[in-house]
Amino acid sequence: MAWPVLSVVTFLPILGALLIMIMVRGNGPFAKGTARWVALWTTLVTFAVSLVLIRRFDASSPEFQFTEKHDWLGVASYHLGVDGISLPFIILTTALMPICILASWTSVQRRVKEYMIAFLVLETLMIGTFAALDLVLFYLFFEGGLIPMFLIIGIWGGPRRVYASFKFFLYTFAGSVLMLLAIMAMYWQAGTTDITTLLHHGFPAGMQKWMWLAFFASFAVKMPMWPVHTWLPDAHVEAPTAGSVILAAILLKMGGYGFLRFSLPMFPLASEYFAPLVWTMSVIAIVYTSLVALMQEDVKKLIAYSSVAHMGYVTMGIFAATHQGVSGAVFQMISHGIVSGALFLCVGVVYDRMHTREIAFYGGLAHRMPLFAFVFMLFTMANVGLPGTSGFVGEFLSLIGTFKVNIPVATFATLGVIFSAAYALWLYRKMVFGALKPAVEGIRDMGLREAVIFAPLVVLTILFGVAPKPVLDMSSASIAQLLDGYGKAVKTAKEEGTKQEGTKAAAAKVPTVEASVIPVSATR
Amino acid sequence: MNNLTSLQALQPILPEIALAVGAMVLLMLAVFAGDRAARFVNTLCILLLIGVGVLVAMQPAGRIAMFGDGFVVDGFARFLKLLTLVGSAGALILSLDYLTREKLQKAEFGVLVLLATLGMMLLISANDLIALYLGLELMSLPLYVIASSNRDNAKSTEAGLKYFVLGALSSGMLLYGASLIYGFTGTVNFAGIAKAVQGGAGIGLIFGLVFLFAGFCFKISAVPFHMWTPDVYEGAPTPVTAFFAAAPKVAGIAIFVRASVVAFPGITHSWQQIVVFVSIASMALGAFAAIGQKNIKRLMAYSSIGHMGFALVGLAAGTAEGVQGVLIYMTIYVGMTLGTFAVILSMRRDGVMVENISDLSGMSRTHPTMAFMLAMLLFSLAGVPPLAGFFGKFYVFLAAINAGLYTLAVIGVLSSVVGAFYYLSIVKVMYFDQPAPAFQRIPALVGLMMLVFGTLNIVFFLYPAPLIGAATAAAKSLF
Repeated sequence: MAWPVLSVVTFLPILGALLIMIMVRGNGPFAKGTARWVALWTTLVTFAVSLVLIRRFDASSPEFQFTEKHDWLGVASYHLGVDGISLPFIILTTALMPICILASWTSVQRRVKEYMIAFLVLETLMIGTFAALDLVLFYLFFEGGLIPMFLIIGIWGGPRRVYASFKFFLYTFAGSVLMLLAIMAMYWQAGTTDITTLLHHGFPAGMQKWMWLAFFASFAVKMPMWPVHTWLPDAHVEAPTAGSVILAAILLKMGGYGFLRFSLPMFPLASEYFAPLVWTMSVIAIVYTSLVALMQEDVKKLIAYSSVAHMGYVTMGIFAATHQGVSGAVFQMISHGIVSGALFLCVGVVYDRMHTREIAFYGGLAHRMPLFAFVFMLFTMANVGLPGTSGFVGEFLSLIGTFKVNIPVATFATLGVIFSAAYALWLYRKMVFGALKPAVEGIRDMGLREAVIFAPLVVLTILFGVAPKPVLDMSSASIAQLLDGYGKAVKTAKEEGTKQEGTKAAAAKVPTVEASVIPVSATR
Repeated sequence: MNNLTSLQALQPILPEIALAVGAMVLLMLAVFAGDRAARFVNTLCILLLIGVGVLVAMQPAGRIAMFGDGFVVDGFARFLKLLTLVGSAGALILSLDYLTREKLQKAEFGVLVLLATLGMMLLISANDLIALYLGLELMSLPLYVIASSNRDNAKSTEAGLKYFVLGALSSGMLLYGASLIYGFTGTVNFAGIAKAVQGGAGIGLIFGLVFLFAGFCFKISAVPFHMWTPDVYEGAPTPVTAFFAAAPKVAGIAIFVRASVVAFPGITHSWQQIVVFVSIASMALGAFAAIGQKNIKRLMAYSSIGHMGFALVGLAAGTAEGVQGVLIYMTIYVGMTLGTFAVILSMRRDGVMVENISDLSGMSRTHPTMAFMLAMLLFSLAGVPPLAGFFGKFYVFLAAINAGLYTLAVIGVLSSVVGAFYYLSIVKVMYFDQPAPAFQRIPALVGLMMLVFGTLNIVFFLYPAPLIGAATAAAKSLF
């Protein structure tokens, strides 16, 4: 490996942003065009380079690959690397970015230069989040993404954009600062913030619970889990189309990725202890937000609530801590990234034409837009989880995985499948079937640019639905290693627990283990 | 080292001597040349500060004590002196165009800044209570005067008077505390005090300590001694506000840290409680009180109160890491403050300065570069990574966590979230709102300062090692 592929993938977009910043002057049509083309080419090249990662990736090894390490802060180092869990997310990011740029080609006419810069900076920060192998570096990328997203929602958003952008920023920021404190406590306990070392560190049981809660605060908001999901519908509704796509497809996945990368392997005992809590929240999310989705009048809001429900499967699958559950969760995240992204793009297609997202406004679109009707149908079905689409595989696997551990939870979660069919089909019928409403009489079908945007997404949705093996294989080894460590840690703790109980019975009246939940005073 | 007959022995204090002599010479020049040469004199003041900075930077490493151990030059002092000089010189550079345009260009302005800076340098090096008080007063008196340097403006004179009255009160408290400490330990020397309190301290000494700390808190505008700050910040001419926000804060924090760590290491747990309380109160008040502000200078006042709270988080830890955190925090704070005030000084419309937040409306379209720089500075002040401000917060909280101050850390980060709200509100005004008329042409020097500090703020994360290394070395010299 002669050149640092991962760094190149991470920082190429920001180079593109700098290029736009320097090259593009003024606000004329030429300047706008240049900004768009530079952004498109940057994202395409980034995607091409990220394919090198796939080609050279050794899926049979659970270890981190393409690692790079340099001194940075005294405390933390610049350490990048990918394994089977993070690589799919990086590819998802690089693949969706050109689509987002294309989707904003004509709909964004105001401050195009700044728009493209914001997106490219955001791409770097997202890739960095998944590639970082140092906690501080991870936090830097994870939080840094708030700035461009805040501006994207606030500048190019809808009428209530200010409220939505503030809510988005403050919710996420509040969750994350607690994680930062946990990162510091981990540093003093383990003497490093290097993720590869921390994965095998084994924190004391009492400390794990606090650390887990702090990380949970951050990732649950990002995910988002019920009851801290309320920022998401607002942000989605107000964000421009491409912003919604990025939000749903990638930013939400950072939460799930965080659970997989940190909570489960670093705090196995706490994860096991808190799993019922997560399951409860997931099931409530699945059932409750599905019901809420049924009541929506705004298309984007409906899809936003459906995202919360689908993320419920992910958290449930992750904390089931079975191989099926976790790989189902990873698959569900990738699939949801494609499907929900595509659904928001579909909304964007009709919104660009009619400038409303009200469901009741539309009707009978099938008469005027057959191509759109087909595409929308496909993604609606994938969202429902119809076999043969990618949505099915993830949902199915995570349900099986949970079933092995907790039958009532899985049963309730399955109810969500029915609900999701209800709201999705209801939405589709209202908008696409029925008599053609006079208001949408003159609507045009999708053009070439839009067809190009959707083509890869259609192909991937069906391909992953029929042949999910490549994605599952990519992450299989890493997940196996993760769960192996997790199982061992839980087992050792249980054995020690029974041993201690024996001695406790003998010694009588010894304070319970629960009493030591206070963080252990850190040692250097 | 007490041999004052040899000039060689005076070498450690050479920067201070140069500054003092330079200030006198420039004062004579100002007297004879009059206000015609004001701009020239003020420019010379900047050059003198830079020259003194070079002298400080060239000083040999290691700890040298002089004048009966009352004046020390160590890594800590050198680091903070450089920072103070940057703050003073930066504020003076920002003031040049402002003073000319507002017809306030007076030659004594620069000289007063020089004298205040001299006081700060003495304060930073002070190692006994007498030197401390001398440095503090030399710093404060010129500050009172320049706060009211816009003599025909009621707000400015009010600011000066208010600052003077409250400052005198706090000096009195500090002096009272110092005399109590002397009375109970029998020495004014920090090392001597440290020896005397090794086995714990009586109630009288604690009393003295509290009064001493009250004086420090006043100088750095920490809650509950912050009341003067918003009025003085708003009333004083803007470059003076920039100066107040940067340099004296550094000196105040410096003596706060040195006195706590060097003179009272035996009773850390006693003063730690005070610092923790002051820190929490400052962070919370700074965060909540700033929300309702309309005037950007008042907002910066509350913001600086909050930032002093964050810096004190590091001191509360009472460890070398904590002091390192304080040093990093103050360095980044000075940079962010100068950058932000450079933007505030560019807010001039139809020949008058405007200072309401709503005047920034839609600036991202009328002045895109300036809006971008200010937005990044504000995100940085809020502590959002990857900007410089994040690293400041990172190091102070890192130390606090290591010292087991979990409550302080949690309250601290949560108030930084509250604080983020008002910084975001300004970004919102600049980026989301409809544009107001453009500002007048931005003076070159101010624009340059904005670019320099704004860029440093953004790219700091690329190569943070030099600052962190220097701060580590400086912090170690105290322990």
